[in-house]
Amino acid sequence: MIAAVIHQVLHMVLVLALAPLLTGWIRLVKSRLVGRRGASVLQPYRDLARLLRKEVVLADNASWLFRSVPYVMFTAIWLAAGLVPVFTTDLALAPTGDLIALIALLGTARFFLALAGMDTGTSFGGIGSSREMMIAALAEPAMLMVVFSVAVLVRTTSLAEIAVYMMGGTVGLRVSLALALIALVMVAIAENARIPIDNPATHLELTMVHEAMVLEYSGRHLALIEGAAMLKLLLYAAVIACVFAPWGMATPTQGSLWIGLLSFLAKLATAGAALALFETSIAKMRVFRVGEFLGGALLLSLLGAIFLYVSRGV
Amino acid sequence: MTLLFVALLALFALAVVGVAARRSPWVGTAVYGGTAAACGLIGLWAVEALVGRGGVAAAVLPIGLPWIGVHLRADGVSAFFLLVVALGGVTASLFGWGYERAHARALAHHAADHTHGESGPVLPFFPLFLAGMSLVLLANDAFSFLVSWEFMSLTSWLLVLSTHREPDTPDAARLYLVMAVLGTACLLLAFGLLVGTGGDYRFDAIRQHPPEAGAAALTVLLVVLGAGSKAGLVPLHVWLPLAHPAAPSHVSALMSGVMTKVAVYALVRVLFDLLGEPMWWWGGALMAAGAVTAVMGVLYALMQDDVKRLLACSTIENIGVIVIALGLALVFKASHTPVIAALALSAALLHVVNHSLFKSLLFFVAGAILTATGTRDLNRLGGLIHRMPTTAVLALIGAAAISALPPLNGFVGEWLLFQAILNAPALPEWSLKIGIAVVGAAVALAAALAAACFVRLYGIAFLGRPRSAEAGRAGEVGRAMLAGMAIPAALCVALGVLPTLVIRLFEPAVRAMVQAGPFDDRSYQPWIWLAPTSAIGNSYNGLILLAMIAALSVALVLAIHRWASDRVRRSIAWGCGHDGADPAALSQYSASSFAQPIRRAFGGTVFNARDRVDMPEPGDTRPARLTVRWTDPAWAFLFTPVRRAVNWLADHVDALQFLTIRSYLTLMFAALVVVLALVAVVRS
Amino acid sequence: MIDIGYDAAHLLGALVLMTSFALLYQRRLFSLLNVFTVQALALSGAAAWQAYAHDEPHLYITALLTLTLKAIAIPVALHRIIQRLHIERTVEPALGIGLTMVAGVSLVTLSILLVLPVTENATALTREDLALSLSVVLLGLLMMISRRNAVSQVVGFMSIENGLILAAVGVAGMPLVVEMSIAFSVMVAFIIFGIFLFQIRERFETLDMRKIESFRGESD
Repeated sequence: MIAAVIHQVLHMVLVLALAPLLTGWIRLVKSRLVGRRGASVLQPYRDLARLLRKEVVLADNASWLFRSVPYVMFTAIWLAAGLVPVFTTDLALAPTGDLIALIALLGTARFFLALAGMDTGTSFGGIGSSREMMIAALAEPAMLMVVFSVAVLVRTTSLAEIAVYMMGGTVGLRVSLALALIALVMVAIAENARIPIDNPATHLELTMVHEAMVLEYSGRHLALIEGAAMLKLLLYAAVIACVFAPWGMATPTQGSLWIGLLSFLAKLATAGAALALFETSIAKMRVFRVGEFLGGALLLSLLGAIFLYVSRGV
Repeated sequence: MTLLFVALLALFALAVVGVAARRSPWVGTAVYGGTAAACGLIGLWAVEALVGRGGVAAAVLPIGLPWIGVHLRADGVSAFFLLVVALGGVTASLFGWGYERAHARALAHHAADHTHGESGPVLPFFPLFLAGMSLVLLANDAFSFLVSWEFMSLTSWLLVLSTHREPDTPDAARLYLVMAVLGTACLLLAFGLLVGTGGDYRFDAIRQHPPEAGAAALTVLLVVLGAGSKAGLVPLHVWLPLAHPAAPSHVSALMSGVMTKVAVYALVRVLFDLLGEPMWWWGGALMAAGAVTAVMGVLYALMQDDVKRLLACSTIENIGVIVIALGLALVFKASHTPVIAALALSAALLHVVNHSLFKSLLFFVAGAILTATGTRDLNRLGGLIHRMPTTAVLALIGAAAISALPPLNGFVGEWLLFQAILNAPALPEWSLKIGIAVVGAAVALAAALAAACFVRLYGIAFLGRPRSAEAGRAGEVGRAMLAGMAIPAALCVALGVLPTLVIRLFEPAVRAMVQAGPFDDRSYQPWIWLAPTSAIGNSYNGLILLAMIAALSVALVLAIHRWASDRVRRSIAWGCGHDGADPAALSQYSASSFAQPIRRAFGGTVFNARDRVDMPEPGDTRPARLTVRWTDPAWAFLFTPVRRAVNWLADHVDALQFLTIRSYLTLMFAALVVVLALVAVVRS
Repeated sequence: MIDIGYDAAHLLGALVLMTSFALLYQRRLFSLLNVFTVQALALSGAAAWQAYAHDEPHLYITALLTLTLKAIAIPVALHRIIQRLHIERTVEPALGIGLTMVAGVSLVTLSILLVLPVTENATALTREDLALSLSVVLLGLLMMISRRNAVSQVVGFMSIENGLILAAVGVAGMPLVVEMSIAFSVMVAFIIFGIFLFQIRERFETLDMRKIESFRGESD
């Protein structure tokens, strides 16, 4: 029990510390792939520190909601990240919430951020919020269907137990899991506002989704929101790693924490590089194609759930 | 049961008071106060029955039909639903008291104002409506059930008619009456089939002799039609978005939050109790109807610009979710896995109480908005968070709860439902295994769309800048109304954090229906963890989640204010080049524009929705206009053709009125001969 | 424990089905052809794997035929034709992409529901292969009715045929596979050109139709 609590605290600090590094790594790989030198991997830390030092400029109409949303959102995502095992499955918070609770926590963060986008009463915030909710309306069910496929195979929705089961190696290659993986990656791309759904580097109003929603934020509030976005990217990478490639993770009974940590770093580096490669080789979609993209993800995940029954076993 | 009878008699007496003392200035206080007290008594009785005695109590009253009397009985299910009615009654009385006083005051101020036209009587029918709903829950024979059901429909119809001066009300009331009659007719036939040729109307007798397969199937169909039309199952939902909003807001809350639950009770009572051993396809049909209802309901809600209509449409969605859970419970009951059935039924009952809480809350919020601004049109609201700060906080809780966000109560219901859905592989039928996956996707889609819907409602009504002068002038509503909203809001949080309390409360009800409880086979069950048996290794703890959120937020705020800059400067937001007194109000997103991406993704297919932009030529100074047209498929494909057919039939039957006497005699003679011939054929 | 032979066959079959969905999703002709190539590659992979795993050498011939005809010859020829005839490179779906995909998933569900109860006694691989190939056939039909463009109809037709070959490959001990696949391929080649000529003739009319449609303000 004591060990689990210590692991949990270490875990929360670790995800917080690593999140900007992952973003910096992706930016670096992307720069190298397009032939630029790129900024140092530590640049996101500097950006956040700079934002924290700056003053906040609030729109004159902004209410208390606008000022509290960055904290709520950051907390919800941080807590969600605290539920995903990364280097050990022995976490004190693991029984508090399962994959469904994790999705719902991310939903809470999104709900409040979308409200904040509407609070200042400008049109950009409205654009961002309405598009974000449309994307979520398809991404969230797709993710829940992925959970369905995995949970029916593994007979649990608890992330720690899924990781342990998957490490056991009795699952094998399965069509359902492959479909679920593709759908989950599509959802992750959409939810983290990456190309081809949204461009994290854009400042062109008509194509913005996430950036439009947070346009009125500045100073420490913006730092929290950017930090939360980085944390969310790390979280999705960790979920994919935990469900589909949990190897190396320590469990309460066996495995070493150091190997778990190193394997997690390796997984993050691979995921980041793959994302960078993908983003540099594809063009951004029109906003109204996003519905089709995510509808595809939803149908793929549903297909995965249906195919569970065709193969042996279940 | 004496306490219960006293409370019910008090409700009838209050109705008399409402009529007799209608000129007295204190009549509102007396009736609403009395109703709240009577409902409080009913609620206390229900809790005592559930906790103390497993809830069974029965009585026979020597009124009604001779030799039959009125049989009343309360078991766990009745007691649980009585609790829901009582909770809704208490809060609606409290809110209604403040609401009517505020409207009377507004009426005194603007005597000539049409928006506050003189309204019909609410007071006498309000306690009667609550009494009617309670009696449906207590009825233990088919006759008193149907009479109470009809009584409930009629009183609610009269309450809808109390706003008869508003332009939409007469049509809404007429449609409601037609649908209510249709529903009762279906229930009448269903009970006819249940009673069979034995002629014993008591539920106990029906339970002893459940009908055989064919009659049972027909009964299921009729009950789903009859109770479904009251609950709002698609495509029988068409009256809800018209009639629920037409009533005064506290009555809307009761109709949407509570009366639909009485319809759910009818489904539970007949499908789980009276019909005996279920067949698997009953549950399958229920789930299919529920899935369509859930997704369609929330899509309807996203298309609405009227606050109360939006809420009524969202009720359709929630009823869909409840019906899905009921269907799952039936399926698992039919496949003899009672513990999973108990899990699904717990999800349904939890969602019943959850929805009654947050839907009442949100209808009260709509009433508060209507009181403060005089409008229900989302496109005329905005910025209310500055003008109505307390209402804004309570509305935020309601919106977050109905969007199934943790750690509030809506999420717990969805969580339980998903745990039940994940048990699909335990079923033997292939079509069910695969169908449940599809139903799961529909539930998830409906939940995500509901979040979008309530971001839209809250964001447009409470955030941003006022879109009309009325919204800019709005002020906070009175204490009674705030208290009426605060009680359900507090319960939403409490049930989200400690869901096991209420799940244990209705465990007798679950046990009575599926012969198992959700926590069976667990040797040790700590009460703050939600870990039902059939959900393997899965658990949820709202309390720790809430504590963690609070602790992390406080730590974060402290850290940020300790180490980061805490300077703040106010400035004008960029209004896209508009100038004038309040530039941004013009350029804000409206309710229609917020829904546009979703309308584009779903509306084109489902509603045949078309946006038309009327863009003036350069140099022309008239404003650009966006008009949205959409058609309701239920009307286009079902009700309009039916209406046309009825009209056609009426036109042709009409000709029968103008025949000669000889033709009438011919018709009668022909009828007589046909009947005689039939008798001859049947006898031989 | 894990049966690699089974798992690999399983994944290759699923890949064929996935490419069927990808075909439904495409809007541009060239990417349509690319996806079709991938489907043919997956199919020949499935055949070759089956030949190796179950030691049925005649399936190697099927794999080779699929590879040369479907993955190389036909896509290259279609590429040429598209360029030569200056056919518009976007496919206009007669049914919305979203609806087509929903219909596709429903068809897959239908075929699974059809196959599963019938093959209760068969091995997992057989029933799965039958479900997959029936789905591929139905999706190919869907593709043919949901697209207006001639080339995509040809591709849809050939993916139907891919589904048939998948079925033949999956069911063990079917000696006629080789002959069947050759016969089919030749027939396909004929039909490609047949449909093509037919469609080109029809195109004169559709060009007309398009004028009318744009006049009514319905074109994009």
